[in-house]
Amino acid sequence: MDKSTVPAIELRGICKYFGKIVANKNVNLIVEKGEILSILGENGSGKTTLMNMIAGIYLPDEGQIFINGEEASIHSPKDAFTYKIGMIHQHFKLIDVFSAAENIVLGIRTKGKYDLKKEKESIRQICDKYGFLIDLDKKIYEMSVSEKQTVEIVKVLYRGADILILDEPTAVLTPQETVKLFAVMRAMKEDGKSIVIITHKLNEVMEISDRVAVLRKGESVGSVMTKDTNPEELTALMVGKKVELNIERSEPKDCEDRLIIRDLNCRNREGAKVISNVTFTAKSGEIFGIAGIAGSGQRELLESIAGLQKLESGEILYNDPTSGKQENLRNKTPMQIRHLGVRLSFVPEDRLGMGLVGNMDIIDNVMLRSYRKGHSAFLRRKEPKSLAEKIIRDLEVVTPDAKTPVRRLSGGNVQKVLVGREIASAPKVLMVAYPVRGLDINSSYTIYNLLNEQKDAGASIIFVGEDLDVLIALCDRIMVICGGKVSGIVDARTTTKEEIGLLMTQTGGEEQ
Amino acid sequence: MSHVAPHMEPPVRLSKRDVMPTWKGILVRIAGILLGVALSSLFIVLVTDLNPAEVFTSLFDGCFGTPRRIWNLLQNTAILLCISLAVTPAYKMKFWNIGAEGQVLVGAAATAACMIYFGNTLSPWLLFPLMIISSLFAGMVWGMIPAFFKAYFNTNETLFTLMMNYVATQVIAFLITYWENPKGSNSVGVINSATKAGWLPYLFDKQYLINILVVLALTVVMYIYLKYSKHGYEISVVGESENTARYIGINVKKVILRTMALSGALCGLAGLLLVSGSSHTVSVNTAGGRGFTAILVSWLAKFNPAVMLLTSFLIVFFERGAAQIATSFRMNESLADIITGIILFFIIGSEFFLNYKLNFRHSKKKEG
Repeated sequence: MDKSTVPAIELRGICKYFGKIVANKNVNLIVEKGEILSILGENGSGKTTLMNMIAGIYLPDEGQIFINGEEASIHSPKDAFTYKIGMIHQHFKLIDVFSAAENIVLGIRTKGKYDLKKEKESIRQICDKYGFLIDLDKKIYEMSVSEKQTVEIVKVLYRGADILILDEPTAVLTPQETVKLFAVMRAMKEDGKSIVIITHKLNEVMEISDRVAVLRKGESVGSVMTKDTNPEELTALMVGKKVELNIERSEPKDCEDRLIIRDLNCRNREGAKVISNVTFTAKSGEIFGIAGIAGSGQRELLESIAGLQKLESGEILYNDPTSGKQENLRNKTPMQIRHLGVRLSFVPEDRLGMGLVGNMDIIDNVMLRSYRKGHSAFLRRKEPKSLAEKIIRDLEVVTPDAKTPVRRLSGGNVQKVLVGREIASAPKVLMVAYPVRGLDINSSYTIYNLLNEQKDAGASIIFVGEDLDVLIALCDRIMVICGGKVSGIVDARTTTKEEIGLLMTQTGGEEQ
Repeated sequence: MSHVAPHMEPPVRLSKRDVMPTWKGILVRIAGILLGVALSSLFIVLVTDLNPAEVFTSLFDGCFGTPRRIWNLLQNTAILLCISLAVTPAYKMKFWNIGAEGQVLVGAAATAACMIYFGNTLSPWLLFPLMIISSLFAGMVWGMIPAFFKAYFNTNETLFTLMMNYVATQVIAFLITYWENPKGSNSVGVINSATKAGWLPYLFDKQYLINILVVLALTVVMYIYLKYSKHGYEISVVGESENTARYIGINVKKVILRTMALSGALCGLAGLLLVSGSSHTVSVNTAGGRGFTAILVSWLAKFNPAVMLLTSFLIVFFERGAAQIATSFRMNESLADIITGIILFFIIGSEFFLNYKLNFRHSKKKEG
């Protein structure tokens, strides 16, 4: 065989089981040299599992992996690196208290003394080559999500990976960062490297990849050349049926000021200003979008409203529609806010770290909001149980039963449980942060529909998003923040992606 | 590619298991114990010239040989179980309390103090409530001090509780010299040996029955508390994720304090059972390391009080049996320790097989 036509990776009949759960079944896949291959599939269709087997995290139960035409057995990420395979995981595998440089060199055994200075020099060369901006001495825990991702990518490149696997890399990036990432990917492709990218965003698939391989329920359903296909066809392949890809947007009605934020200021633990002079009003019956580069203060803003951040100054005024009274939520604990009768729901960004308890089952997680009800010292699991079953039914959560710990569910299903619970209390204000991050098309549209239902029911929805297309299609108004400051509030019906993109980088003065 | 080293598939590899059916889990554990017994038999044969069968007969003999031994076995199980139940809420909350030893000691000291100072002046109707309250309170304070610093200053609770043990030991050592009876014995002696004031009554003439019943009741209460009460639920949430707890409005500081108060108070109760219900004296060895063994009992049972009945019994069984072996064969105490160690190793080792599966290499046909 001619060496140049040998595929970089070939999978034959790969199967992987987790107990009774079939994650992958008879998967055949080819990654050519010097191509960008997208892997598409719904949540739980086994994309990540499959890639983990190439990266040495899991071992296939059946089937063979060929790297450059030779059968390989990859038992650890270290083995994967000897085959020049590197994977950037969805959940970063970095050590928080180490600096970027320390994380990058971690685990590489070099001859001679450990010389971080010298290593840093060579890391810097890689950064310069591909145009990464990164402070090598910065500790990971001080970094934003996108910075962490950069560290992960540089780490893999530093180890000389020829085959890169990126698990939903754009989920945490701004449009500008995505453009940059894609440029890097194209440059690497020019170098002859093979890149596999897992993403849910069809427009990105169309933009970046040469070929698309689709998985459905753990099985490969084939691959198509990107230039010969379109988003509709891909969705149909992925879901197995045709799906409407339009977000309906109703006209807001009965709008009244629900939540008035005035001159909010907040510092983080290090004393840096994360929110400065933020002022806006969220109205009932509308979806108020918040756009901005990751780490511009979105999280702190929502947490301030939810009573989880200490504020420096400012007012958070809530107009209670039932009593007509105005309450100030500033510096109140979540408990005090509840006691005021404020029906505030919050879907935080970090689902398993904040919104849910991974080791508890769905019933107990649904109960988190309501367990205090009543004067009894004991829990009542009856209503939570029926609510859990209702959420599973209505939102089509894929789970063996309601007694399954949520950490065993796939990302999309975890999110459905969380959103389902937060919506169940018929909120007057519903804050959602990146609610479709990591979710497939079907689940994403389920979430959008749920938000629209809540909007029509008169809730005031604050939607922090990253996909500008979605923000523009779903929201009524969009506030753009940059470096903790409001750089503008635009009408979603008339704005453009370019306008928002510009605002996203405007006021901070820092060039990204 | 020549630079790639050929990789052999290892003969065995591990994978995580699904939940195992209960009966199978029990079988694995029994197999673990049997293997432990087999290995320690081998050890006995190799190192001593004793007959392992005789040795193990003596092990059973040590536990069940006489009614007295059976009662001793049950009493020791009850005390260990009581302390294990006490530390469980804290561990469920991921509060690494290794200070049970000290909490038991101060509870014991408080009980002894009541018996010494009020034993002959108060009527039993006042004396016992006073003893119960003061032992609970002493343990509670000892537990809440580290909890307070953890909650408000985020100090390391492991180091803090450990150091509190030393403080407790020193306090007891001081009290022993202070209460010394008779003078010069450097021990407290049996308190109120004549009047038996402050001694827990003998139910049906059985000294330890009341201890055992109290602990059994406590087991049921703790089971319900952890599983069905709102407090128990909050403990789990705080233990699993403090952020989630804050997010839904649980007052994390309050839960930490409350749970450690409970944990410490129950340790104090164990101190009461030890002093008033069995030894009727107090010394620096009153807790006897049970505060640490209890941690093992609690974790082995995965914080399930019902299972703790079993794990605490098992550990006491081997401990007492091994002690009997040492005396009846005039062996060094270490032999007993080694046997207990081997068997414990296998018990804990079986947990591994409950969570992981071994996959042996299939004989695959060779391919080019």
